[in-house]
Amino acid sequence: MNWDVVVVGGGTAGMEASGQLAKAGYNVTLFEKEEEAGGHLKNWYHLFPDRRDGEEVITYLNDQINNDNITFYKGSRIDHLEKNEKKFIIKTNEGKEMTADAIIIATGFDLFRSERKEEYGYGIYDNVITSADLEKRFRTGDMKMNNGEIPRRIGIVHCVGSRDEKVGNLYCSKLCCVTAVKQAIEISEWLPESKVFCFYMDIRMGGALYEELYMESQEKYGVNYIRGKVSEVGESFTNSLIVKVEDTLAGRPLKMELDMLVLMAGMEISEGSKKIGKALGLKTGENRFFQSRDNHFGSNLSNIDGLFYAGTCTAPMNITETISHARAAVLDVMDYLKDGRR
Amino acid sequence: MGKFGFAISKGRQIDYEANDRRIAEYILEHEPSFRLCIECGGCSATCTTGNFTRFSLRELHILIKRGENDEVRKNIGKCMLCGKCILVCPRGVNTRNVVVLARQAFQKYDEYAI
Amino acid sequence: MTNMQFDPFVIPFNIGLYFILFYVVIRSVIWFRGLSRPDKLRLQRGFFGITFIKSLKDIFLESLIHRKILKTNLRLGYMHMSLAFGWFLLILFGTIEADIFGAKHLNAPYKAIFFRFFNPEHGRMGFEAVYGFLMDLILAFILSGLLLAILKRFYSKVVGVRKTTRLKTLDRIALTSLWLIFPSRLLAESFTSGAFGNGSFMTGTLGHWLASFLPAQELAYPFWWLYSLSLGTFFVLLPITRYMHIPTELFLIFMRNSGIKTDDKAGSYSEVETYSCSSCGICIDACQLNFSAGITNIQSAYLMKAIRNNEETSDIAHNCLMCGRCDQKCPVGIELSPIRMIQRRAGEAEYDFRNIYRGYFRSRQSVAAVNLNGSEVYSFLPETNPEKADVLYFAGCMTHLTPTIKKSMVKILDASGVNYNFIDEQGGVCCGRPLMLAGQDKEARELINYNSQIIWKSGAHTLVTSCPICYKVFKESYYLDVEVLHHTQFIRNLIADNSFKMRFLRKKVVYHTPCDLGRGSGVYDEPKEVLRHVARLEKSKFEDENSLCCGGSLANMKISSQKRSKIARDAATELTKSNPDILATSCPLCKKTFSKATETRVADISEIVAEAIIEPTGNNITRKQNSLSHELTP
Repeated sequence: MNWDVVVVGGGTAGMEASGQLAKAGYNVTLFEKEEEAGGHLKNWYHLFPDRRDGEEVITYLNDQINNDNITFYKGSRIDHLEKNEKKFIIKTNEGKEMTADAIIIATGFDLFRSERKEEYGYGIYDNVITSADLEKRFRTGDMKMNNGEIPRRIGIVHCVGSRDEKVGNLYCSKLCCVTAVKQAIEISEWLPESKVFCFYMDIRMGGALYEELYMESQEKYGVNYIRGKVSEVGESFTNSLIVKVEDTLAGRPLKMELDMLVLMAGMEISEGSKKIGKALGLKTGENRFFQSRDNHFGSNLSNIDGLFYAGTCTAPMNITETISHARAAVLDVMDYLKDGRR
Repeated sequence: MGKFGFAISKGRQIDYEANDRRIAEYILEHEPSFRLCIECGGCSATCTTGNFTRFSLRELHILIKRGENDEVRKNIGKCMLCGKCILVCPRGVNTRNVVVLARQAFQKYDEYAI
Repeated sequence: MTNMQFDPFVIPFNIGLYFILFYVVIRSVIWFRGLSRPDKLRLQRGFFGITFIKSLKDIFLESLIHRKILKTNLRLGYMHMSLAFGWFLLILFGTIEADIFGAKHLNAPYKAIFFRFFNPEHGRMGFEAVYGFLMDLILAFILSGLLLAILKRFYSKVVGVRKTTRLKTLDRIALTSLWLIFPSRLLAESFTSGAFGNGSFMTGTLGHWLASFLPAQELAYPFWWLYSLSLGTFFVLLPITRYMHIPTELFLIFMRNSGIKTDDKAGSYSEVETYSCSSCGICIDACQLNFSAGITNIQSAYLMKAIRNNEETSDIAHNCLMCGRCDQKCPVGIELSPIRMIQRRAGEAEYDFRNIYRGYFRSRQSVAAVNLNGSEVYSFLPETNPEKADVLYFAGCMTHLTPTIKKSMVKILDASGVNYNFIDEQGGVCCGRPLMLAGQDKEARELINYNSQIIWKSGAHTLVTSCPICYKVFKESYYLDVEVLHHTQFIRNLIADNSFKMRFLRKKVVYHTPCDLGRGSGVYDEPKEVLRHVARLEKSKFEDENSLCCGGSLANMKISSQKRSKIARDAATELTKSNPDILATSCPLCKKTFSKATETRVADISEIVAEAIIEPTGNNITRKQNSLSHELTP
């Protein structure tokens, strides 16, 4: 029973799936387009809900793929992908060609490019950064503004690129709210003299220990929450940022100057996923993520037999869910191959 | 009670039963996207009129929905119809049409037209 | 057969003809009397001199040849031309025929129309035969167009239009009688020719064949009756169907060439315009709500019909992008957008233009131009004391949601060294045009007065704006004595003055002309000139007057956001067909609408120019310095 399984995408889902498959005795080939495995997880500092170091999870995942049954190709992009009868044919940009009996697509997500939300001023005004930029700064410890000063007042804008008909993403990216709360706490720890203001439409704390984190942010760190969608961002004469927002709970417009603004960018299906989806004719939902065959008991199944999904290429999900999803994909693969690829 | 010259004070509650909801129904019938409003306040934040006077489109939306028409009637004329609110609304509500329809509804149903 | 001078069958025709002539004269008099005094004088002058010749020429080229329709759509144009011009030739040459060959000169009209009946022996040889050939040729010409018309009713692609206009019952009856006229003439003449053994290439051949197996002599008479009845019916129904456009268009041409324009309120001219609509359907074909969004009941032809029939027009009038594509393509030259604006204003309670008689008599109500005695709606706007400046920059409401445009303009203004004031930097008052588009002129006038005060108090000589919507209203409705420029025009002037140096960006650019700037204000060339200085401007299929609308227009109150997005996506796909690096535009609303609809970079011209400006070294003029130096100077 020497089945060959290919896993496309060396992020959290891809690595976990490869590891579990290898442990079960399958021949796994893992392709990753970057020079290092780990996906977006590499860029994150600490993870919610318990604020543990992301490095620890990366170490765990690297251990998973450290297995003789796994052949790991980094810097490899899939150029050509097709299904021929029962086998999948894969060609990479380096000219490698191979076949597989089953394939797991774990190509993940891209962050919403905040330049598209022009009125928030990303790339236009100084000191407007995204949540991803902020995570990088936590790593390097550089929390200063462009002019070298410490920001006294930092604003966080929720729902940038999510729940927004104007950019074509009606869905909620699920993780940004809890990320905002986490980052608010982290900013407060790095800059104890500074104040953080979160501008939200809703505070969605839909996970274990999330609500407790929210309460901690208020109680211990004094993070302020203002319910109101930021309509536009401007610059004052002194180069500080002005947000135009209505404090809906007070029922009045708010005038506030901020030194720095953090945009919580949402998740979109990755470019790589789109290409593969087009090549194979994979069904996508209205939110443009891959559509699973069944929402409840078939979330790893695609519209092609033998091709399975793992991770955020199907929907926004956190690390815990991604790892669970990857393991579930492996079970589906095992089921499929056990029945002789029916 | 009336004999003694007292009247029961209206109180601060929103009396959903007593309120005239025809205005809301007229608007909902002609502009179905109005149902999507979650009162996030983006429209009020960007509003041109809101820069100059007390005018909150978000507030008017919710008052319309609850049937609190007096406040709406007094203020709905202040909108300059500039359309910035439509460009901001994350739910795709045609807020500008809501204003125009509200004015039409008042014309139609209210004894005190604007 | 003896030469009869009269037969009862001509009676329907006579009734119809005299009725319609009488009607047209009376109606024209009513319309004339409905004009304002200056317009009456204009029209009277329009019946003399060069204008008169031009009107005759226009009637020939447009009402008969339908040149404009031919240019837009050859098959549709041919169809209209063959019926109109063909019928005209038939009448003309038929009258000449009766004149030359008839018993006497100056016959009653029916003698010419039914010439063959009254002169059955005519046309066997010589000049008569040649003339007969000509008449047959004209009839064949008409019939070819008629065939197209019948096919179009059932399968509109035959004439290259996507959809054909819907008809009401009376229109259908009139249409049927119109369609019967020429076939019945053909058959009547053919049977007569068959019975008498003459006739030309068509009528003769057909008649000969029919006579071989049918009693031609007996069958001819019913068909002459049919011919007369169909003519009579058509003429009698004409005033109450859309075919009223035939005589009305003539009157329209005279009025238009005399310099009369559509007013802000309904009147004789707008009524003449609505009746001149031939329902050709070109406006429907040009309309993006039709071919992108699938909305097919609000185009101008339907608006005209609704106005003629005194129907409720509010839903139709407001569901329109006011992009002007239909105005530009209308072969009759009706000012479609101004008429739609009249209907939008009419929706406001104070302006009531309904009346009891269907369009025959109109009670005109004058609009209160500036009535500020009632409560001022925008009285909450504060007194302002603007700084003095030479040049004012008014970004416009929408531009605040596209901050790159604001930043770019500030950079350009700073680099130009002019003494300027960014008057709505912290948010200003709306220019007023969105209110006007909604038909609320009175409220718009308040905002216009307010903004005009600011402009006047600042002492500026130039007003630059980034938004074409504002530009159009500043130019048309503000009555300012400052020079009003769109920022592309301003930049063009700066380039001509060598106010700053620019690099040449090696990028392929396609330019989208915004509706309010292009068709709305006639500014086509300056933006393209500016772009050519900075990048490689490519041609596109939809350029200048033919440009598409982005779909974001404020003028449409009714359309859903999904349909708007569809219009935007279709337009963007079309414009980016050649895979340009940048889709350039000069309107913040267009920029916002297109950004959502395409992956290609969408940029305003000011952004591209700002990117290309070469900053002179050590001379970074910032805004703060500018205003500082301003305070220092006395």
